[in-house]
Parts: sequence; C-alpha cells; structure tokens
Amino acid sequence: MILILAYCAVLLSFASGLLALMMNQRQILLEFSRYWFKRFPDGNKFGRSVLENSLKERRYPHLLRQAVFVLLGLSGIFAILAGLSILISKSVVIDQISLGLPWLPWHVRFDGLSGFFYLIIGIAVTAVSLYGPGYVHAYDESQHPFAVLGLFTGLFVSGMLLVLLADDAFFFMIAWELMSVASYFLVAFQHENPANRRAAFLYLLMAEVGALAIILGFGVLASFSDGFTFDALRESKLSTTWASIAFVLALLGFGMKAGIVPVHVWLPEAHPVAPSHISALMSGVMLKVALYGLIRFCYDLLADVQWQWGVALLILGTLSALGGILYAMMQPNLKRLLAYSSVENIGIIFMVLGLSMIFMDNGQPQLAALGFLAALFHAFNHALFKNLLFLGAGIIHHQTHELNIDMMGGLIKKMPQTSKLFLVGCMSNSSLPLFNGFVSEWLAFQTALQVDVLDNGVLRSLIPVAAAALALTAALAAACFVKVFGLIFLGQPRSRNCIKAHEVKDKGMLAGPFLLAGLCFFIGIFPGGVISLINSVAGQLLGETLPNDSALAWLWLAPFSAKQASYSPPLVLIGALIAAGVCYWYLRRNPLTVMRRAETWDCGFGGLTPRMQYSSSAFTMPIRRIFAKVWIIDEQIHKDMQGAMNQDVAAVHYQLHIQDHSWPRLYLPIAHVVNSLARQVGRIQTGNIRVYLGYSFVTLLLMLWMIS
Amino acid sequence: MNWLLAAIQTLLFAALAPLLAGWIKWCKCRLQNRKAPSLFQPYRDLIKLTNKQPVVAEQASWLFTIAPYIIFSATVLAASVVPLIAVDLPTSASADVIVMVGFFAFARFFLALAGLDIGTAFGGMGSSREMTISSLAEPAMLMAIFTLSIAASTTNLSGAIGHVLNDGLVLRPSFVFALFALILVAIAETGRVPVDNPATHLELTMIHEAMILEYSGRHLALIEWASQLKLMLYGVLIANIFFPWGIAETFTAKALSFGLLAIIGKLAGLAIFLAAAETVVAKMRLFRVQEYLGFAYLLGLLGMLSHIILEASR
Repeated sequence: MILILAYCAVLLSFASGLLALMMNQRQILLEFSRYWFKRFPDGNKFGRSVLENSLKERRYPHLLRQAVFVLLGLSGIFAILAGLSILISKSVVIDQISLGLPWLPWHVRFDGLSGFFYLIIGIAVTAVSLYGPGYVHAYDESQHPFAVLGLFTGLFVSGMLLVLLADDAFFFMIAWELMSVASYFLVAFQHENPANRRAAFLYLLMAEVGALAIILGFGVLASFSDGFTFDALRESKLSTTWASIAFVLALLGFGMKAGIVPVHVWLPEAHPVAPSHISALMSGVMLKVALYGLIRFCYDLLADVQWQWGVALLILGTLSALGGILYAMMQPNLKRLLAYSSVENIGIIFMVLGLSMIFMDNGQPQLAALGFLAALFHAFNHALFKNLLFLGAGIIHHQTHELNIDMMGGLIKKMPQTSKLFLVGCMSNSSLPLFNGFVSEWLAFQTALQVDVLDNGVLRSLIPVAAAALALTAALAAACFVKVFGLIFLGQPRSRNCIKAHEVKDKGMLAGPFLLAGLCFFIGIFPGGVISLINSVAGQLLGETLPNDSALAWLWLAPFSAKQASYSPPLVLIGALIAAGVCYWYLRRNPLTVMRRAETWDCGFGGLTPRMQYSSSAFTMPIRRIFAKVWIIDEQIHKDMQGAMNQDVAAVHYQLHIQDHSWPRLYLPIAHVVNSLARQVGRIQTGNIRVYLGYSFVTLLLMLWMIS
Repeated sequence: MNWLLAAIQTLLFAALAPLLAGWIKWCKCRLQNRKAPSLFQPYRDLIKLTNKQPVVAEQASWLFTIAPYIIFSATVLAASVVPLIAVDLPTSASADVIVMVGFFAFARFFLALAGLDIGTAFGGMGSSREMTISSLAEPAMLMAIFTLSIAASTTNLSGAIGHVLNDGLVLRPSFVFALFALILVAIAETGRVPVDNPATHLELTMIHEAMILEYSGRHLALIEWASQLKLMLYGVLIANIFFPWGIAETFTAKALSFGLLAIIGKLAGLAIFLAAAETVVAKMRLFRVQEYLGFAYLLGLLGMLSHIILEASR
C-alpha cells in the first residue's frame, strides 16, 4: 500500500513530464478529437464541448500548463503521504521491478530514511507546483518552449524519487544519472546566453565526474561481495583501508553533488541561470538527495563508521560553512548569493553528521543519534527555507527583471506580501529563535557540547573550535541576510524597474512560498513532530534513538534531560507576545502621542537620493577588509580629473571583482594538466591515412598474437 | 508561585536597568571631575520620551515602527532567562544560554534592518558596522560560554551557576580566561568605550547611535531601554556566573532579599570598574576592533583548552 503511494508519486511526475510534450501537439489532438466524434457521433455531449473548448488555440497552452503542474503537485502530495506513512508505521517495504538487466531486476526498498527524504521532496515539489504556472507564463513559447521545461522537470523529479527507492547499485546509478542529466537540460534551458551554456557544461562535467566516483565506490564494495544489490553490499566484509577508500570515493562523488568546498564551484554557476523554481528544487532538494546518498552509503552499506571519517566530514563541513557564507556575503547577484548560502548550510549538515560519526565510533550511540537527528533536521529546514528564498527571488526577478541587489530597494512597499514571506526565509536562514533554522542549530550546538565524553584529546579540542566556527557562521549568516533583506526591500528604490514594480498578481506564486513560510514558522514553534519522525529513522539506521522519547514532547525540547539543556519554543513565543503586547498597548494608550510623518532628516543639504544609501559592497566592506585573505579581491578606483592642473575630480569609477580561490588554486591546474595530456595523446593523430592503416595493422597483429 | 517569582524577577530586571545606567553615568562624571546628573535621570528621560509624539520619516515602512517593540521584547525575554536574584526559576529552563544569544541576535537583526529602512547613509553605516562587530563578538562569547557549559555539563544558566556554587571557591584557569573573554565581549556588544562611544554623534565613530538616528518618542524610549537592559544583562551574567555567592537558592523572603542586595552590590562594583575603564581608555579605530575581538576569542579558546587539558576528569 505504502509502496503504491511511492510509485504513484514517481509515475505522476513522469506523467507530468510526458504531458508537457503535448504542448506542440494541439493540431494532432484536434484532428484526433474530430475523428473520434465522427466515429461516435452520439458520444457524451458535455465531454465533447469541454474537449473542444479546451482545444481552442488561446486556451490550450494555458490549460496544458495548469494540467502539467497539477500532476506535478499530485506527485508531491503522494510523495508526502508515502513518506509520512512509512515514517509513522516504522516499517520497511521491499519490492522488485522486472526492468533493467536480465539477471539483475531493479530492487526497490522503501524505509524510514527514504521516507524522510520523500517527505522533503514532496513538500518542495508541492510548493513549486503551486508557484510554477504563474512563473513559466512569462516565458516566450518560441524561444523557451514549455514542452522542454515541463518534460525535464518531470524527469528530474522522478529521477530524484527513484534514487531514494533504489536498492541496488545499478538502479541507483540509473536514477542518479536521470536526475543529473535532466537537471543539466534545465540549467541549460535559457541557452541563448553563452554564460548559461558554460555553467550548464560545468555542471554536467562535475556531475559526471561525481557519478564516476560513486560508481567506483560501489565497485570497491561490490568486489568484496557477490552482487550489486544493497543487501549483498551490506554483507561485504571490508578491511578498514578498503572501507576508507570506498568512503573517500563516496564522499567525493556525493560531496560534488552536495556542493561542499572545494568541489562546490558548479553550484554558484548553475543555480542562478536555471529558472527560479528549478533552482529552488536543485538547491532545496537535489543537494539533499546527495546527502541521502552519503548517509545510505556510510551508515547503511558500510555500516561500520570510523571516527576518522567523521573528522574529515567535520573539517570539510566547517570549511564549507565558513567559506560558503563568506562568499555569499560578497555576491551582488541574489541567486548566486543564495547558492553560496546553500554551500554554507550543506557544510553545517556535514559538520553535524561528522560529529555523529565520531560519537558512533567512540561508543556513544545516543549522542550519534542526536547528531544524526540534528543533521537530518537541518536538511529538512534548509529545504524549506532555501526553497522559500529561491521562490521569493523568482518573484522579485519576475516583477523587477533584476537580480542584482545593488539595483533594488524599497520593495517592501511595492510588494508587501512577498516582503513578509521573504523576511521569514531570511530569519530562518539566519537561525533566529522562533524559526526552524534555530532549532536545528541549537541541536547541533548541543551535540558539539557533549565532547566531554570523548577520550581523544585532539578531538576534545577540535570539536569546540568547530562549534565556535559554527557560531561565527551563524552570525555571518545573520549579517548576510540583513544585507539581502535590507538592500532589496528597504530604503529607496535604486532603479527604474524597482520604482515601477508591483505585487505579483498570480495567487499561486504567493501560495507556494506562503506554504513554505508557514511551515518554517510552525516547525520553529513545534519541532517535536518532525524530530520524532527523524528519531524513528535514527532507530532504524543506527539502532539507537534519543534516550527519552517523552522528553521530546510538543512543549519541551530536551535532548538529554531538562537539567542539561532545554528549550521550549511555545513558551518563548508566549513570553514574546506578552512582552510586545504589553508595551504596545501601554505606549499607544495616549491619543496625544499619535505618530506623525515628516521628511527624512538630510543634514540640511536638501534632498536624499537613492545613491546616498549603502550599497552591497559598502555594507560588506568591513567584513571584506577583516577577512581579506579569503577572497581574491580586485578593487579598482579610477578618478576622472578635470579643471586647471587636473586637480578636480569629475567622476569616480569604482570596480570590484571578487573571485573564488578554488579556481586558480585547484581547477585551472587540473584543466592545464588535462590539456597538456590531450596534446600528448593528440600526437598519434597525424591526419595521414597510411599511419592510421598502420595502426590498424599493428592492432590486428597484436590481437592475433594474444588469441594464439 | 515559581512562575510569579520569575515574572517578578524579569520586571525587576527591567526596572533596575535604567538605574544601573544612571549609576554608571554618575560614577563616570565623578571620576572626570564633572557635576553628575541625578541617579534617576534615565527614568525621567524614558518617561519624557514616552509622552512625546513620535516623528517618523516619510520613507519608513511598517518594519521601522514595529522594530522597537520586537527589539525590546526580545531583550526582555533574554533577561528573563538570566537568574538575577534566584536560581532554578522556570523561565531559565524554557530557554538556555544559546537561546539567550539567539534573542540578542533577533534584536540585532531588527535593529540593523531598521537602520537600513529609511535609506540614509548613516543608517546603512551603523547597520554594516554593527553586524560586522557582532558577527565577530558572537563566536567569542559562545566560546567563553561553552567553556562554562562544558565544565558544568549543562547549557542551562541556572545549572551552570549551581555548579559554581557547589564547587565553592576554587581558582580555575579556564574560568579566569572565560571571565576576561566575556568582559571584552560585553564591552563590545553593549557599545561601550573602546569599541563604540554611547555619548557620541560623530559620524565617523558612531555605531549604535547611527542606526537609531531616525527614532524619536516612544520608539526611541523602547530602544534606549532595551540597550540599558542589555548592559545590565551582561553585568548580571558576569556577576552571577563568576561570582554567584549570595544568589538565592531557596525561595524564602530572607534569601530573596539577600539575593537582591547581593546583585545590587555586585553590579554597583562592576559599574565602578566600567566607569573607571571608560575614563582611562580612549576609543579605538574601527579596524582595530577585530584585533580586540580576536583577542577575546583567543582568551575563550585558551579557557576551553585549559579546561580540557588541565581540569577535565580524565
């Protein structure tokens, strides 16, 4: 039953993709319907009129788009249902589909871990399908055909869902490739721009290199077992060295997809160029599928985790978290900024996962369960708020045709609904109390503070430093999102587009983000439900849950005991409401002190202009100066001089380019080596037919010699 | 009963905060050979502001007018978590020290947004500097607090204070380092000399004042009160965590009144120290602040390492 729900989700997303292909087939459908009604003239009159109405030239594209997104939304709802029911029933379902290789049918296994990620995908897809129809409406059909977008969206979603169902390496890789390749076409959707093609190629390249690493990782496991099913791989007995090699390969492969530093470079290139609802899915969900892969590989297939792996994850995670947010802060492009912020959040998840591995190998399964819980909970929260922020960025782009936050401003008055939804996303991402991002970071801190139980002195001093880095990350994230919200929505408009902007008309485009924002707040206040769901995943996978399930009641959040640490968001919310309510009521009781509006104080110079406001580069200047070594900063100030002696400054030109260190340090050397190797290989290609015939002859001789 | 006591303690916190600000000003004036205003001047200022008609810039959005309420209530919530005269109150269980830091972040988030809302250069400048300094101060503060919470194996403030009380007077190197780190952070976070000067309105130096330049009337009163509360809160944190003796462990009238007297005495002493420091130290350049806060972070780290190496049980 549960499995049927899961299959329905996959099939519906697949069907939505196929339905999108009908976009250009209106003529055929029209002829078919005429033929049909000619053969059965006494058919259903009502059905006939509906069909003919919907096939009219003006209505058809609109209706078809709606239908495609309805199917996609249903797929999301089925995914939520499937995920919830498997999580609540705490069962495992196994099945086989007779597709694929003759001796290896596709094995399907749907357990708590898959169910949890099904839930994440389901929520995201539902929100996106509410949002989608309004958003894609703006695309010019001749230049950006909806058939392509809809088809690959459907394939992309079904690919992600299939990855979660896979129970053998073969099926896993097919689903993985379906997800990667479909999303490549989505990134390349607006291919008229060379930069987009370049970003899409970079994405495809890194996705395929990552896939190779994953295949090799499975290969290492498979060479110690009989078969490619996950059941066989679980049984394999690996030495520590081989297990570590498999782990490194998996970390490289899944890390490349998840976007940890230094293999994150495709993320800030690919996310800004894809359509916004697709970047929401890629950033909010696809990165989580990579995380799923890593968890499945380490905790389930390898099973015997080593603390050294945990240290590797912890260090990489810390680097990604700090690097991600520092790079995010310097981006003027909103979607690039959000992409870098995803790197930061993935880094936090990896850190906590690393802690969980360290505790696991040191014989502290309960603490391992806590870390695991914090990691999955943060993954869930990140999916919610990053989806929300990307959809919000899509609305802003849709209404202002602008992605550069230095050209925005003052949108809080033009777009009141969007601004509130976006504010929720920003607060959640800055992990402020009362929102969901804070709860998972609180759990992460609680995990890190249990370091006292470890024996190893190095770990005992390393983990608190990582916790302080996490604190720095959170504080920098708050600074970054103050900048984002402040520059986009507050102040005066900085461009004509923003002066003319108005609230989005399409209700669905607001409903999708509203759903996510509501969940962000609700889960921030009542985290207990999601946490107990994850607790059952931890029970299935680690064989250990948090000590006291009743301590996770709806009111209190106390991972160990109320004596050690507790947090009660509902009580905090009540306290905040009382405090704010009392002073609001008390201070406004006097009718004489009603608020008066007046001109802004301009120091007596007459007139404030938008250019006097702080810009993005001005806001981040102190941080840029303090952490100067982190970026490659190219700052140029050029002054136009005029007047006698060339002493007066007529205009100042300021240019700022900020580049990622990983390009010159890591990627350009690799590209250089590949190029020079290719040149060496190129020597055998002389372009002379006699030489080629010679090669064939020698090859033939060699093969004959080998056979005989 | 306990909840009532917690509410009374929070109210007491809010009521005493302006007095502490007045006392610091009084000490500072006396140290600088000036005639001091009355101790109750901050109360008079607050009352005056609440009775005035607030003037709001035309460009201000709804965020600008609700921000003071949010800032004030977040700060009050943070204060309700900190044990002032008694430990083991229920409010300190509903949120621990990490949540308290979260409340500060919450208030700061809205303060910085309010600074950006009007669209003047001053507001942006203040917001940018405030977020920079706080993002450096927060890890240093958490490092100091983690030292304590690992030593006491709890992040609950009541629990940590109880741990120190039970241990008696022992000189722990980790606590000394954490104390100094927390003092440095407190000075930076409450905007005192040498990081920021609360008395200045010079555009090159102001941080906190730059953000609230457009506020007037009751909005300004709320923000001023919130910043007085924050100052007192850091004072109470330092006083009660590192020198908790005198705080009420039982809820009897005698213990509670003794606890109140003890905290007033401790705060008065700390205030004299702060006033003396502000009199002899000059404000530093903005881009020296990172060295100052880096030093605070280093102290916190040293505290942590010395706990792990010297004091831990194994």
